[in-house]
Amino acid sequence: MNLSILLWLPLAAVVAGLILPATEARFAALLGSAAALVLSIVLLFRFDTGKPGLQFVTNKVWISELGIHYKLGVDGLNLFLILLAAILFFAAIAWTALRDWERPRLFYLWFGLAESGVLGALMAQDLALFVIFFDLMLVPFYFLGGGWGDTPNRVAAMVKLFIYTLVGSLLMLSAAVATGVLAQGPGQPITFDLVQLASNARRLPVGSQEWIFLFFAAAFLVKMPAFPVHGWMPDGYKAMPLPVLAVFSGVLSKVAAYGFLRIALPLFPDAAVHFQELILFIALASILYGSVLAFTTRDTRLILGYSSVAQLGFITLGIFSLQDTGAQGALLQAFNHGLVVAPAFFIVALLAARAGGSEDLRDMGGIAFRAPILAVLFLIVAFANLAMPGSSNFVGEFLILLGVFNSKIVISFVAFTGVVLASVYTLRLFIRAMHNRVGPHVESREISLTHGLIVAPLVALIVGIALYPQLALHRSQRSVQASIREAKALTQPAREAQR
Amino acid sequence: MMIAAAKGPHIDWAGISPLIALLGGATIVLLVGLLRPRVVREVLVPLLALAAFGAAIGCGIWQYGEEKNLISDALRLDGLTTVLSFVFCTGGAAAVLLSWRAVAPREAAHGEFYALLLTSTGGMWVLVAAQNLVTLFLGLELLSIPLYVLCATEMRRATSLEAGLKYLIIGSVGSATFLYGLAFLYGATGSTDFTVIARAVDNVSTDTLLLTGVALSVAGLAFKASVAPFHQWTPDVYEGAPTPITAFMAVATKAAAFGAFLRLFDVALLDTSADWAPALAVLATITIIVGNVGALGQSSLKRLMAWSSVAQAGYMLAGVVVATQLGVKATVFYLAVYLMMNLAAFAVILIRERETGLGDDISSVQGLGVQRPLLAASMTLAMLGLAGIPATAGFIGKFYLIDAAIDGNYAWLGVVIVIGSMVSLGYYLRVVAAMWMQDAPTPGAALAATGRPAMAGGSAEAEAVVTRVQPETWAVALIFGAATLFFGIVPSPLFNLAVHAGESLSGLF
Repeated sequence: MNLSILLWLPLAAVVAGLILPATEARFAALLGSAAALVLSIVLLFRFDTGKPGLQFVTNKVWISELGIHYKLGVDGLNLFLILLAAILFFAAIAWTALRDWERPRLFYLWFGLAESGVLGALMAQDLALFVIFFDLMLVPFYFLGGGWGDTPNRVAAMVKLFIYTLVGSLLMLSAAVATGVLAQGPGQPITFDLVQLASNARRLPVGSQEWIFLFFAAAFLVKMPAFPVHGWMPDGYKAMPLPVLAVFSGVLSKVAAYGFLRIALPLFPDAAVHFQELILFIALASILYGSVLAFTTRDTRLILGYSSVAQLGFITLGIFSLQDTGAQGALLQAFNHGLVVAPAFFIVALLAARAGGSEDLRDMGGIAFRAPILAVLFLIVAFANLAMPGSSNFVGEFLILLGVFNSKIVISFVAFTGVVLASVYTLRLFIRAMHNRVGPHVESREISLTHGLIVAPLVALIVGIALYPQLALHRSQRSVQASIREAKALTQPAREAQR
Repeated sequence: MMIAAAKGPHIDWAGISPLIALLGGATIVLLVGLLRPRVVREVLVPLLALAAFGAAIGCGIWQYGEEKNLISDALRLDGLTTVLSFVFCTGGAAAVLLSWRAVAPREAAHGEFYALLLTSTGGMWVLVAAQNLVTLFLGLELLSIPLYVLCATEMRRATSLEAGLKYLIIGSVGSATFLYGLAFLYGATGSTDFTVIARAVDNVSTDTLLLTGVALSVAGLAFKASVAPFHQWTPDVYEGAPTPITAFMAVATKAAAFGAFLRLFDVALLDTSADWAPALAVLATITIIVGNVGALGQSSLKRLMAWSSVAQAGYMLAGVVVATQLGVKATVFYLAVYLMMNLAAFAVILIRERETGLGDDISSVQGLGVQRPLLAASMTLAMLGLAGIPATAGFIGKFYLIDAAIDGNYAWLGVVIVIGSMVSLGYYLRVVAAMWMQDAPTPGAALAATGRPAMAGGSAEAEAVVTRVQPETWAVALIFGAATLFFGIVPSPLFNLAVHAGESLSGLF
């Protein structure tokens, strides 16, 4: 199967949509993302679990002078994230297609470009190509948020978001170039191919490895966002239209987590071990800070936003446990969180529509009796978000904590409180929104069929993956182990010595 | 003996054919401009100027791949000369198109205007081809003096005159400093010839005389390339000069100045690079910071582009600092890319100046995304390209420069470049936001707010131009906007040119 088709189809569809009448532009976008979804499901079934390394590789020289290859490939690390992106983009585009937007052709053009950008970042197997897509996928969100956003200060908010996240990305650009140049053997041409870089990375002096790693970490942590660098998040989240936010929060943060596994750990194992505790502390701080703020804020979007900060903290924690179990749990959790947060944002949109347009918790409440189906859907999402035993999120968090427990026992104890806090803020959101007194302007209505048709399958997926998490775990196992092998090997002797 | 001395040097006519095209074109344009009929002056003269630029590029293509010294080693035709001449001839041709309906050529007389433009470009050719301190200075002056006049061609607008005067005074100081520096270089090495200097530099590398010469000539070239702290004239002159001339100055002068930088430092003074490279690296850093910070608060688009051009000069200086072939290639590549992005941006600014009567204020592009999506797309590509966003040629250019910087053991300079890019987003995005996310101002309110209607021409004549269609300006905007996107995805043709230019400096690694 040719990955290029999957990659460019969403963009090609919306570009073709430019010649359609403005009212029909949505169908082009819908068609493109639906086709991408079908292709990514085909990809899932044709993926050979037994084979190590990359599959469906496309490898062409793009810019020979700079050693940049157009190299795409799929393995256990990105297989499910590609699927996640395709699912969420299709759901979000379907959701946006239910209403009219100003300048629809442009709106869907950005949406399609965003999907291609995200898919490109996930599939890229060349460091430079990854950096290009990683930066590129942000551009459409700037336009989507700034042009069609919800708040009056949306332009300022999106500029802040863009600059904040691009600060990380540009540092990553210089770090990526440095990796390519410094890992270049004498007399060899420069290359950014990740496989070759991983075998050459030993050439990097430890000192260079450290600053390069920190630059990469900065890019990924900002995009997640993690605690001290989340400043763009509140304004940015408030400014973006909800369906856009659903994919932004559901997919883009996962690309950052994926970046650690794909790039930072295999290429810079020494630095990863050196900074393991620093990143673990950042992750821990994100969990606690995110949880506490999710518990105190009244804006439903921000509750989900801060909850994402905490969840991404867990994912980072799992990756930097540098244990097979932890990293595997992190990857599973990345998929889970994407599946949970997108329907959660859709439900927030529905709740706001029923509370007179307000997204404030104080204006909501008491819908559950009149709208039992909506309440059930929301409840399942909420349970998944708080990692109820039986949900796939539980499995993910369990594996993460097990990994951390094995490597840094003290940190795992503190992280356990994050699990408790998650149930506190999630249940608070559910109870205040669905039960309690009926809010002042609340108009209880059941979820409409069209909206239900978008949210229900996502919820069904949450249930499905809860019943059978091995689907993801099994396919990703080998790749995750390969990704952290080097770094893990470096931590082993240290612990042997401690014993 | 006497007979031999009286004989002139051998002249390779084919080699200097691009220069002949430019200067011969200038003569013809000047003479034809004297003719009476309006159609001759307003149509034939610019067409002839375009043809001269086309002929210069054509001769360059004809001589492509040649490497030879011309006129007893005073000039050198090689990859660097040819490729850079493509850059500034394209800039000149675009300036002709942008001037087609402008006020400036009508006020200054068409023949003179276009002849000055061609002469200035001829000066650039001499400057980048120079193999000798004397021709280097000759080229610099031939480039500068017509530009002083061109800046002041909108004679009825005070700011244009001011710009011309300011540029004249500051430019002359720059030239004088440069000349003084060249004198020191001659004193230290005993020759004006680059190859002789390069050999002599080896023995005298710590000589105070030489170092003073290097420092003064850096300052002189820095004036032309608007490298901080010699950049102060840039915002005022860019703002005051007629917009087509600003565009020409931004792209062509920059290319020529960097050509001279590369020739002087990467050929003649190569062996003493340990002395000047750290100093130039510091200059580049200062330039990047000053340019980007200066641009942040600007509301005039031309001033914004001026500060941005200062910052971009800093990026390109990184390619000179490392003194490697990779550095030369990266600089030349970036100059070509920079040409596209700037021409697209200036064409849009010019169109809006003529359409809105808001001058070059940022409010003139507000709501452009709704009114003129294609123009807004061009401008967006230019802005994102200048900021170094992927999928534009600007990103590849910046990638190349960072690559060169790190490869030349200036990793920190690569980091400075990306930090500069981050700051630059603060103003490039403001322009993008104005186009796509803000509504067009109502005419009355806009005039009241800016308080200076019709910055573009300032005369009733200019107002009359407003409503007329301007296909040639649109063409410049759209072609170079599209090129910014195209070469961001398919950069190989530009790489071929850059590699050709880089490899012609064979003394480098």
